[in-house]
Amino acid sequence: MFRTGDDEPGAAVETEEPTGLFRRLRDSISRSRRAMAQQLAAAVLDPSDDEVWERLEEALIQADCGVPATVAVVERLEAEAGAGTIATAEQLTARLQEVIAELMAPPADARIDVSHAPSVLLVTGVNGTGKTTTIGKIAWHLREAGRTCVIGAADTFRAAAGEQLETWADRAGADFVGSQSGADPAAVAFDAVAAAEARSRDVVIVDTAGRLHTQSHLMDELRKIHRVIAQRLDGAPHEVLLTIDATTGQNGLQQARLFAEAVDVTGIVLTKLDGTAKGGIVLAIAHELGIPVKLVGVGEGIEDLRPFDARDFARALFSADS
Amino acid sequence: MFDSLSDRLGATLDGLRGQGRLSEDDINRAMREIRLALLEADVNFGVVREFVAAVKERALGADVLQSLTPGQQVVKIVHEELTELMGTAGSGLSFASRPPTVILMAGLQGSGKTTACGKLARLLAKQKRSPAMVACDLQRPAAVQQLQTLGKSLQVPVFDQGVDADPVEVAAWGVEQARAQGRDVVIVDTAGRLHVDEELMGQLVRIKDAVKPHNVLLVLDSMTGQDAVSVAERFAEAVDYDGVILTKLDGDARGGAALAVRSVTGKPIKYVSVGEKLDQLEPFHPDRMASRILGMGDVMSLIERAQEQISEKDAKEMEAKLRKAEFTLDDFLDQLRQVRKMTAGQGMAGLLGMLPGVGRQVKNLKVDERQVDRVEAIILSMTPAERRNPRMIDGSRRKRIAAGSGSSVQQVNQLLGQFKQVQKMMRQIGKGKMPQFPGLGTR
Repeated sequence: MFRTGDDEPGAAVETEEPTGLFRRLRDSISRSRRAMAQQLAAAVLDPSDDEVWERLEEALIQADCGVPATVAVVERLEAEAGAGTIATAEQLTARLQEVIAELMAPPADARIDVSHAPSVLLVTGVNGTGKTTTIGKIAWHLREAGRTCVIGAADTFRAAAGEQLETWADRAGADFVGSQSGADPAAVAFDAVAAAEARSRDVVIVDTAGRLHTQSHLMDELRKIHRVIAQRLDGAPHEVLLTIDATTGQNGLQQARLFAEAVDVTGIVLTKLDGTAKGGIVLAIAHELGIPVKLVGVGEGIEDLRPFDARDFARALFSADS
Repeated sequence: MFDSLSDRLGATLDGLRGQGRLSEDDINRAMREIRLALLEADVNFGVVREFVAAVKERALGADVLQSLTPGQQVVKIVHEELTELMGTAGSGLSFASRPPTVILMAGLQGSGKTTACGKLARLLAKQKRSPAMVACDLQRPAAVQQLQTLGKSLQVPVFDQGVDADPVEVAAWGVEQARAQGRDVVIVDTAGRLHVDEELMGQLVRIKDAVKPHNVLLVLDSMTGQDAVSVAERFAEAVDYDGVILTKLDGDARGGAALAVRSVTGKPIKYVSVGEKLDQLEPFHPDRMASRILGMGDVMSLIERAQEQISEKDAKEMEAKLRKAEFTLDDFLDQLRQVRKMTAGQGMAGLLGMLPGVGRQVKNLKVDERQVDRVEAIILSMTPAERRNPRMIDGSRRKRIAAGSGSSVQQVNQLLGQFKQVQKMMRQIGKGKMPQFPGLGTR
């Protein structure tokens, strides 16, 4: 999950069981999903079936992948089937997962960069997408990986946001830098970086207030937080993570676009993947903006965070009984 | 990115004007555009299919080609059908004959329940009721504090028993407290939960049984995608909610999830939440929602907001000035500030997004609010005499104003040029209407 800069891959929490995510996904039941899944299963994606492409399209749309990304995937597979390289249902299923995994195109290293001293992670996103919870989970995983951590509460807007974050910091055994409600969030970010340096902590995670990407004054505030961090520490923030709620529809694309314009997002955390939503919007985001998903949130527990696995994701998009 | 459905259907159909009958091909192309627009707006796949079939039938039956703009005719049909599907305008809450009226809030994590509780409490207080709130979200850290903070700012009592209690008991106890203190409405906040979490859904059912609410409201994020259907269904099965509060509509999500909820469960949308401030909860308007889903902008809301922000007196004064054609830079500044008030909290882009046809393009428009700041600075750097009579502003005055406002002489010139245009326009407009500002920060 983390790129630590130590040359031992074992130091990172990468040995996480990918099956956990699947078990959870399968555990969840939804009647309408089931009905859909039964349709899909009945066809078993047989490329000789004329309706298979329509079914495929339907499944991708239902997973919130959006029309352009769906069309891109289906057209490619259709062309391959036309050329004769896909003949059986097994081949189609396999290629489908490959194509989606390719589209999700993780960069050479999709881990969270914590190799600096200190490394600064800025976490941002729309209201209610799970920023604070994600930060608690990252901090916990960092501690599991033997890293110390300072959490800066730069959400000075929402009532009790600081308290919520402090609870997570306690649970994760991280230092907490808070502020008065209504304080300048950039100042809190600055203080958090300073605290990490003074106490020689490895990682600083800065929480920010939820904001709609359409609120230009709040997006300016976010730019300022980013700028102040960069001025305080060369090369920081090393990661800018955008939380996207898996239940989000096509608006997620616009969220990613505007947040990336403002603060150069380095990766997405796809949250709440433990429900029935498939989070297909990240396929649209990867397709149109090329922003990779780095982490997925799969539950309310502090350990419920996983590195993103494009193939697992692709499989889950179609997993019949999820 | 797609343009609004109007543009797309216009392009598809308007060339066919007067041809007598729509061919199967034409109609299919038009339906494809409708289908894409609706999917883009997150309307559920299955709903889209049925909806498009219904529209197709009506479009074939109507003589759309007799119209000057067949595209607009089809848009009208789509809009009407959508509006009808959306149901009736915000049917309010039901109130108990013997108070307190109990309102139970439910929804997924992060949908905005706690904030919605605060907004609802404020709305009720404004309607001369005496609300109270009960903090039963013991799951999310500090949710109880958040509700307490909201309660304090609204001067509405919040009953809680900390976080180690049992939410079902807290709910029942809280309602009793409210009754004992003579509050007539009590809003019960609950933890966000996944609709597939059997345990937490069971708890929600027990809370409902314990407090016997007169209203159960599902709080739903307007940005929700295709999954809205399962969320709406599962919550309906568990607690049979009476209506929906649709949140975060101040963003640019088209809100097709609303349609899914309506068509799958038949439950009405009661309120929409349009901002982070506590007064930003409004009754639901089906026709406006239909326009929004179609990317047609929300003109009515814009007009209403303008009416709210501009007092009648201001408007009368402005009208008098217009009649005498003595619109000064001071007035210009006033207008600017009024526009800014209207856009408070969501920026110019938010306001512009409500205009028809502008919706989808706003993201490219990039209204620069700093430019509004600059205009303000420049005007404030002028003497009162200069503001009344800009003609007296000569070269050396321009230099002074530029230096005083931290801008360049060109920028001062630009503003004076713009002002001249506005002045001219104002003379033409006559009276009553809201003037537009040419060139205001569209770069």
